[in-house]
Amino acid sequence: MSGAAPVLLCMRGVKKSFGAVTALDGVDLEVRQGEVHALIGENGAGKSTLMKVLSGAHAPDAGTMELAGAPFRPRNPSDARGRGVAMIYQELTLAPHLTVEENVMLGREAARCGFLRRRPMRAAVAEALRALDQAEIPPGRKVADLGPGARQMVEVARALVGEARVIVMDEPTSSLSRQDSERLFAVIEKLKERGLAVIYISHFLEEVNRVAGRFTVLRDGRTVGGGALPGVAVAEIIELMVGRKLEEVFPAIPHEPGEVLLRVQGLEGEPLPLAAGFELRRGEILGIAGLVGAGRTEMLRALFGLNQVIAGRITIGGAEDGGAPPRRRLAQGVGLLSESRKEEGLALNLSVAVNATLSCLAPFARLGWLRRTRQARAASRWIERLGIRCRGPWQPVSELSGGNQQKTALARLLHHDVDVLLLDEPTRGIDVGSKTEVYRLMGELAAAGKAILFVSSYVPELLGVCDRIAVMHRGRLLKPRPAREWSDSAILDEAARGAAG
Amino acid sequence: MMAAAKQTAGEARRGRRARRVLALLGPFLGLLLVVGLFSLLAPESFLSAYNFKTVATQTVIVGLGAVGMTFVIVSGGIDLSVGSVIALASVVTALLLRDGRAPVLAVLAGVCTAGLCGLVNGLLITRLRIVPFIVTLGMLGMARGFAKYLAGEQKIDAPAYWLADLMTKSPQPGWLLVAPGVWGMFLLALFMGLVLRATVLGTHAFAIGSNEDTARLCGVPVAQNKVVIYALCGLFAGLAGVMQFGRLTVGDPTTAIGKELDIIAAVVIGGGSLAGGEGSILGAMIGAFLMSFLANGCNLTGVPNYVQEIIIGAIIVAAVAVDRLRHR
Repeated sequence: MSGAAPVLLCMRGVKKSFGAVTALDGVDLEVRQGEVHALIGENGAGKSTLMKVLSGAHAPDAGTMELAGAPFRPRNPSDARGRGVAMIYQELTLAPHLTVEENVMLGREAARCGFLRRRPMRAAVAEALRALDQAEIPPGRKVADLGPGARQMVEVARALVGEARVIVMDEPTSSLSRQDSERLFAVIEKLKERGLAVIYISHFLEEVNRVAGRFTVLRDGRTVGGGALPGVAVAEIIELMVGRKLEEVFPAIPHEPGEVLLRVQGLEGEPLPLAAGFELRRGEILGIAGLVGAGRTEMLRALFGLNQVIAGRITIGGAEDGGAPPRRRLAQGVGLLSESRKEEGLALNLSVAVNATLSCLAPFARLGWLRRTRQARAASRWIERLGIRCRGPWQPVSELSGGNQQKTALARLLHHDVDVLLLDEPTRGIDVGSKTEVYRLMGELAAAGKAILFVSSYVPELLGVCDRIAVMHRGRLLKPRPAREWSDSAILDEAARGAAG
Repeated sequence: MMAAAKQTAGEARRGRRARRVLALLGPFLGLLLVVGLFSLLAPESFLSAYNFKTVATQTVIVGLGAVGMTFVIVSGGIDLSVGSVIALASVVTALLLRDGRAPVLAVLAGVCTAGLCGLVNGLLITRLRIVPFIVTLGMLGMARGFAKYLAGEQKIDAPAYWLADLMTKSPQPGWLLVAPGVWGMFLLALFMGLVLRATVLGTHAFAIGSNEDTARLCGVPVAQNKVVIYALCGLFAGLAGVMQFGRLTVGDPTTAIGKELDIIAAVVIGGGSLAGGEGSILGAMIGAFLMSFLANGCNLTGVPNYVQEIIIGAIIVAAVAVDRLRHR
C-alpha cells in the first residue's frame, strides 16, 4: 500500500463512566479507509463499551469522534447505522422468522402507500449478496433455516445495503466452523476492496494477525498500544493486553495419570457420534479436537445422558451401563460443562450462589427449606477459590463477564465434587487472562486426581493443556495419541480428512 | 446475471409460498376432519346450507377479533381485553341508538371507543414498559367496568335498524347467501391478510415478534408500530362488538366474557406463536371456523357443553404440539 489511506473514523480521548465505575478513561482510535483494524483487549477492558459509544447506544462523557472528517455523535444505534456505522454482534441480531431478504431490508423497506415493493428490494439484496460472492444464499429462505456462517453473511449484506462505511465485527468467528471462518475472511477481503473499514474484535490473536492490517490494544479503558500487523509477536500483544509479563499462557502443573475412571466402548448416540471409544484416567486431561458438527458435543451429551445412547458400553468407576440419565451420572460423579453457557449452562437471572449449588442443594436443605447463609458461605468459598469477580454470592450471573460466568459454571461441577469433568469449549468467548485461569484450574484438578475430558475447537489450547488428544471426524472418534506427538497442522489435517492411512 | 437474479427471485417466492402452505396444512386438515366427522354423525342437520350459514354467522365475532389479534400475536404481544372491549363497544353503540342517533354514528362511536381502548393499551405498553399481559389484563377489568357503568348494570334495549340485518341468517337480497356481517369479515380478513404480508407495517410486526432488539437496531419504530397494532386490535374488537349488538339487538355489558380466549385460541390453532414472529390471518380464520363447527356439531349431536370445552382445550394443545413437530 502506498502511503496511508485517509482516516475514516477517529476517536480522541473518549471517556465514559457509569456511576462510580469508569469504563472508558481516554480512548484513542484511528481507523483508515479500506483497512481491517483489530481491537484487542481483555474482557472488561472497555471494548464493548467503546463499541456501544461508537454505535450510539451510549453517549460519551468526554472526547471527540469524527467520521470522514465530520463530527460524529450518533443519538442511537439506528442513527449510527444511518450514518454508515454498522455493528455485527457476537449474538447475531437477525429476526429468525423472517427471510434473508426481509432481514436485509428490515427498516429500509421499499414501499408505495405502505405496501411493499418486492422487486427493487430483491434486486438490492441480490446485488449485495453478489458483491460478497455469496449469491448461493437463497433470499427467500427463512433465516432460522440457515447455518451460522450464512447468517453472518446476511448480517454483512444488511450492513452493505445500508451503505455502511465502517463495519464493526464483535468476535465474528466465535460460533463459526473453520470453513465458515474462511468464508468470512474472504468476505472481509471484499469489504476492504470496496473501501470499507472493518473494526475487528477478537480473542483469537492468530486470527487477528491474519486478517487485520493494524491493531489497537485497550486495557482498563485506555489505549495502551497499537501498530501494524503482521509483524508483532502474539506474546507481545498478550503482554500489552494483560499489562504484565506473561510467563506462560499455559501454566505447567504436574499431574500423573492413575487408574482408569471412565471407559467408553463403541458408543453410538442419537444423532451422533457414530462410534466412539476411549479410556480416561484419574489425573489425566484428554483433549477432543474436531470440526464443528463432527459430533464432539453430542458425544459428551450422550455420555452424560442428555442425548439418547443407541449402542455402546460406558464404564464409570467399575459400574457398567449402556447410557443413564444425568441424575444418575451426577450421582456417579460425572459433571458436564455445557458449551452454551447462556442458553443451557447457567440460569442467567439467578445468582452466583444458586447457580453454583443448583445441582447439589441437599447440604443446605432442611425439610425442603433452604438455609441461605450456608448456601452463601459455600458459594463464597468457590468465589474465592476460583477468583470469580462479583459483588457477592447473590449477584445475578447475567451481570458478570463471560469469564466469570464460566467460572461460576465450573464452580457447580466442583461443588458437586465430580470426579469426571466433561468440559465442552470451556474457554469459548472469554478473555486471555480468564483462559489462563481456567487452564490452571484444569491442571490443579488433574493433579488432585480428577479426570478431565476437554472438547475444544482451539487447537493451541489442546496442545498446551492436554496429556493426550483424540480427533473426532464425522462422528467417529479416532485413536488418542499423546499431546507431544501432535502438531497444530496434524490435528487440523486429521479433523478435516480423517485418519491418515 | 439477469437470469440468475430471476431464478433466485422465483426461488424466494416459491420458498415463501411453500412455507405458508405447510403452516396452514395442519389447521386446514383439522377443519376438514371436524366437518367430515359431523357430516357422518349428523348428515341431515349438520350438512345443510342453513346450518353452514348459522356457523358462518356464529364465527363473525371471534373471526373479527382474531384478525386484530393475529397482528398482536405476530408482534409477540397478547391482548386479553378484547372480550370486555367487545361488550363496551356494543354498549356504546346501543346507548347512542337509544338516544335516537343515526346508526352510522352509533357504529362509528362504538368502534372508535374500542379503538381508543386498544390505543391506550399500546401507549401503556410502550410508554410505561409494562408487559402486554398485565396492561391488557388491566384493560379487561377497566373496559368491562366502564361498560357496566355506562349501561347502568343492565341490558340496553335500542332500535337496531339495519344493524340487525348484519347478522341475520336470511339476508336480503337472497343472492348474498350469508349475512352481510360474514361478507364483511371475509373482506376485512382478506384485506388485513394482505396488510400483514405485503406492507411495511406487517413486516415490522413480524420483525418485532421475531427479534425486537434487531428491529430496533434496524431503525424500525418499535413503539409506534406496537401502538398501531394494539389500536388495530381494538378497532377489530369494536367491529366485533357492533356485530354482537346486531346479533343480540341489545347492548349487554356482560356479553362476550372469556371471548378473548376463544380469539387467542383461533389465532394459535391457525399457526400463531405466542412467542411472536409467526401467524397468519387465513390460519386464524380457519381456527375460528374450526371452533365454530365443533361447537355447532356438538350441539346438533347432543354432546354436552362440558365435553365441547374439553375437546376445544385438547385441540389447542394439539395444534401447538403439531406446530412444534413441524418446526423440528
